[in-house]
Amino acid sequence: MSAVLFFIAAIGAIAGAIGVVVLRNPFYSVLALVSHLISLAALFLLLRAEFVAAGQVVVYAGAVMVLYVFVVAYVGGGEDLPTGGGLRILGPVFALALAVELCIALLGTGLKGISQKGAPYVAGFGSPEAIGKELLTKFLFPFEVASLLLLVAAIGAVVLARRRKGLEGDDEFLKTVHTPRSLFTGTMAEGVGVRTAPRGGED
Amino acid sequence: MAIGWYLVVSAMIFCIGVAGVLTRRNPMVILLCLELMLNAGNLALVAFSRMHGNQDGQVFALIVMVVAACEVTVGLGLIVALYRRRLPIDVDELNELHG
Amino acid sequence: MAPATFGWFVLLCPLVGTAVIGLLYNRLPGKTAGYIGTAAIALAFLCSFGALLTLLHHAPEHRQVSSAIWDYAVTTGVDAKLQILVDPLSVFMILVVTGVSTMIHLYSVGYLYSDRGYSRYFAYLNFFVFSMLLLVLAGNFLLLIVGWAFVGAASYLLISFWYRRNTATKAGIKAFVINVVGDIGLVLGTFFLLKHTGTVDLLKTFKAVDAHTVFAHRNDGDLVAACVLLLVGAFAKSAQVPLHTWLPDAMEGPTPVSALIHAATMVTAGVYLIARMHPLFEQAPAAADVGMIGGCVTLLVAATIGLVVTDVKRVIAYSTMSQIGYMIMGVSAGAYSAGLFHLMTHAFFKALLFMAAGSLIGAMAGDQSLDRMSGFRKAMPFTFGCFIVGGLALAGLPPFSGWLSKDDIIAFLNHRGGGFEVLGVLGYVGALMTGIYTFRMIFRAFLGEPCPEASELEHGHLAHAEVPRNPMTGEEEDTDVGFPGPEHHIAEQAPEMKVAMSALAVGAVVAGLLQVPGVDHVVTKFLDPTFADSRLASHEPSNSSAWIGLVIGAVIAVCGIAVAYRIWVAKPGTATAIRARLGAVHNFLAHKWYFDELIDVVFVRPALWVGRLAESVFERVLVAEVITGGTVGIVRAGSAIVRRAQTGLLRYYAASLIVGLGAIALYYLVSSS
Repeated sequence: MSAVLFFIAAIGAIAGAIGVVVLRNPFYSVLALVSHLISLAALFLLLRAEFVAAGQVVVYAGAVMVLYVFVVAYVGGGEDLPTGGGLRILGPVFALALAVELCIALLGTGLKGISQKGAPYVAGFGSPEAIGKELLTKFLFPFEVASLLLLVAAIGAVVLARRRKGLEGDDEFLKTVHTPRSLFTGTMAEGVGVRTAPRGGED
Repeated sequence: MAIGWYLVVSAMIFCIGVAGVLTRRNPMVILLCLELMLNAGNLALVAFSRMHGNQDGQVFALIVMVVAACEVTVGLGLIVALYRRRLPIDVDELNELHG
Repeated sequence: MAPATFGWFVLLCPLVGTAVIGLLYNRLPGKTAGYIGTAAIALAFLCSFGALLTLLHHAPEHRQVSSAIWDYAVTTGVDAKLQILVDPLSVFMILVVTGVSTMIHLYSVGYLYSDRGYSRYFAYLNFFVFSMLLLVLAGNFLLLIVGWAFVGAASYLLISFWYRRNTATKAGIKAFVINVVGDIGLVLGTFFLLKHTGTVDLLKTFKAVDAHTVFAHRNDGDLVAACVLLLVGAFAKSAQVPLHTWLPDAMEGPTPVSALIHAATMVTAGVYLIARMHPLFEQAPAAADVGMIGGCVTLLVAATIGLVVTDVKRVIAYSTMSQIGYMIMGVSAGAYSAGLFHLMTHAFFKALLFMAAGSLIGAMAGDQSLDRMSGFRKAMPFTFGCFIVGGLALAGLPPFSGWLSKDDIIAFLNHRGGGFEVLGVLGYVGALMTGIYTFRMIFRAFLGEPCPEASELEHGHLAHAEVPRNPMTGEEEDTDVGFPGPEHHIAEQAPEMKVAMSALAVGAVVAGLLQVPGVDHVVTKFLDPTFADSRLASHEPSNSSAWIGLVIGAVIAVCGIAVAYRIWVAKPGTATAIRARLGAVHNFLAHKWYFDELIDVVFVRPALWVGRLAESVFERVLVAEVITGGTVGIVRAGSAIVRRAQTGLLRYYAASLIVGLGAIALYYLVSSS
C-alpha cells in the first residue's frame, strides 16, 4: 500500500518539477511548483515526518508560494524568452550527467544503510513534541539564528522594494544612482598642468 | 520502501532543478528552480532522518525551509526593484558585472 | 705633552678653522676670514714644532709613536682605528706643510681681498691643509686613503674656485677624474696588502713585510702588484707621466692655490707615499724600477714642454712636474733623505715663484701670457728680486737651497752605479733645461722694453682691464661671485704678500744649509729612525763624490742661465729663428707631446661610445621594450585570457558551478570505489 502511495507521490513530484522547468508562462510554473510541494508533503508523510509535512504545506506551499503568486501578478508574465547560446543543450546535458553520477553514487556503491526501510519506528517520531524538544535543546542556537535571519530578510525586502516618491521617471533615478564625478582626481600630471582632469558627470 | 528510493527521487528532482537554472532566462523561474533544488535537499534530509531514527534531519529540513523563505523574499524583492526601474527582467541582459 | 697629543692638535686646528669660517661665511667682515684661517694654520705650525721638540726627547729607537683615539671597526681580519703615526717622517712633513701653508694663507689675505668668495676660499684652503695633514699623519691605510681622497676633493674645490668660468670647472673635473684613477690604484694596492698581512696598521704591515713572514721572496707577485698600484696612486697625485695632464689645467685656480696645492703640498703626497712605503718597495725592486723610470721620463718631458709654453703659471707648473720627477726618482732609488730634503726646499722656492708670478699677473691686470709681458724690472723690484731668488734656487746655483738638494739626489743615483748612472746623467740634462726655461721666463718678463702696463706702474698707477676677461680664452666676464674680484694686488703694494714672500725667500736661500755634505746631515739624521730598516738608504755617497756632483751641478746651472741669457737677452731674434728652423719640434712640444689627444682617443672616446651604445641599444631596446615592456605585455595578455571567464551572465556562472560540483563528486566516487 505504501509503495503505491510512494509511486503516486513520486511521480507527482517529478511531474511538478518538470512542469516548473518546461512551462513557458511563469504563472504556470508557480502552479506546477505548488503541486510539486504538495506531492513532496505526501512523501514526507510516508517517511513519518508529520510535522515537517505540515510545515511544508502551511509555510512553503501556503506562504512562500502565495508570495510568489503576488509577485508574478505584479511583474507580469514576461514574454516567452528563448534560451540562448550553448547552454540550451549543455544545460540539460550537465544536469543529466549529474543525475547519472548521483544515482551511481547512491545505488552502485553498496551503501547498506539505504537499502533498508530505516530504523524501527518509535511512537512520537516526527511528532511536533519531538521536534519541539530538539529545537529547544539540541538545536537552540540554529533556531535563534534562523529567527535572526528571518528578521534580516524582512528588513531587506522592505528596503529593496520600497517606493521613494511614487513612480519616478528614469532621470530622477539615474541622478540618484550616478554619483557625481570629482573634477580633480589628484594625479601629479593634473597638478603640474600636463593633463587636464576628467570632465565631471560623464559616464 | 527502502530509503534508497527516496534518495533517487531527491536526486532526480535536484537535477531537474539544475536543468531549469541553466536553461531559463526569467529570473523568477530561476528562483523557482532553485526552490526545487532546496526541496530535493529537504527530501534527502528527511529520508536520512528516517534512516537514523532521530529527528536531526527533520529539524535541519525545517531550518532549510526558513532559509528558503528568506531567500525567496529577498530575491523577489530584487525582481520587484528591477521591474520598478524598468530594467529588463532577463538574466542575459543584466550582465554589467563582467571582467 | 706627548708627541701624539701635539699630532692630534695639529689636525684639530685647521679643522676648527674650516668649521668656523664655513659656518660664519657671510658674517665675517673684511679680511677676518683670512686672519682666522692664517691663525689656525699658524697654530698648527706651532703644534708641529711642539711635536718635533717632544719627539726629540725620545730615544731614537722610540721615535715612532702611534696613537689611536677610536676603534672604528676592530675585529678578526681588520683593525680599522682612527690612528695617527707621529714619527720623524710625518713630523718633517707636517712642519713643511704647515710652515709653507701659513705663508700662503698670509699671502692670500692680501691677494684675494676684493674677491666676492673670500670666506669660501679660506674655508676650502683650511680644509685642504687639514686633509693634507691627515694624509701625512695617518697611522693606518684607512686614514691615509681618507686623507688622500679629501685632498683630491679640496683640490677640485679650489681649482674650480672661480666656478662661473667654464675653463676652471672643466679643469677641476679633469683633475678630479685623474685623481680618482689614482685613488683606485691606492685602494686596490691596500687590498692586495691587506690580503696577506691582515692588518691596515702601517707599522704592523712594515714589521710583517720586513720579517719576510708574509711575502715569501723578493719581487713576490702580489707585492709587486700592490706596489705598482700604489705607484699609480702616487703618479696620479704627483702628476707624473702618464697621469699628469691635469696639472697644467689646474693653473685655472687662483695663484695661491697653485702655490700651495700644486707646488708645495698635494703633489708631494706621492713622494711621501713612496718614502713611507719604502719597506714594501725595497722588497719589490721591480716596482721601484717602474717608479724611477716614471720619474725620469716625467722630468725630461716636463722640462722640454716648459721650454715652449707662454703662460707664466704653466711654465712654473711644468717645472713643478719636472722637480717632482726628481723627487720620485730619488725616493724610488733609495735616496729618501735627499728626496725629502728636495721636497722641502722645492716647497720654499716653488711657492715663492708662484707668489711672485701672482704679483706679476696682478700687475698685468689678470693677463698671464709671457708674450705680452716685458720690462717689469724697474716697476716691480721686489717681485723681480723674489723671482731671481726662486729662479736661482730652482736652477741650482750655489749657495741656494735647490743646488744642494737636487744634486744630493743625483749624487746618490750616480753612487748606486750601474743603470742608475744613466738616470743620474739624465738628471743633469734635466737640470740644464731647468736653468734654461726658468730664466727664459724671468728674462722675458722683467728685462727688455717695458710693456704698457709696466710703464703705467713705473708712474705709480696699477693697470686695470676695462672689461675683465678669461686669460685663457679671452671671454668676457664680470667681477661678481664665481669670478675673480675687480681689484688686483701686487706685492709692492700689499704688506701681507710682501711678508709671506720674504719669509719664503729667506727659506729658499738658507734651507740648504741643513744638509751640506761633509758638514752637517740634519735631515738625514733626523729621518734616520724611520728609515733605519732600509738597506738602500745606508748607501750614502762619500763626501768627495758628493762635492764633485755639486760642482758639476753648479756648472750646469750656470750654463743653463747663460744659454737663456744669450737667446733671450743678448740676441733677441734667436728664439724666433730657432722656432722657424725646428718648427715641427716646437709644435710637438707646444701640444704637450700630444698626451691630451692620446688620452682622448684611447679612453675618453671609447667610453663615450660605450655610453651611447648602452643608452640607445641596451637601455632603450632591451630594458625598456623587452624586459619591462615584455613582462608587462605578458601579464596583460594573461589577464586578458583569464578575464574572458567573467562574462557577466548568470547562467554561465551557474553552469560552471554545476560542472565543478559534478567533478568533485566524480572524484570522490572514483577514489572511494
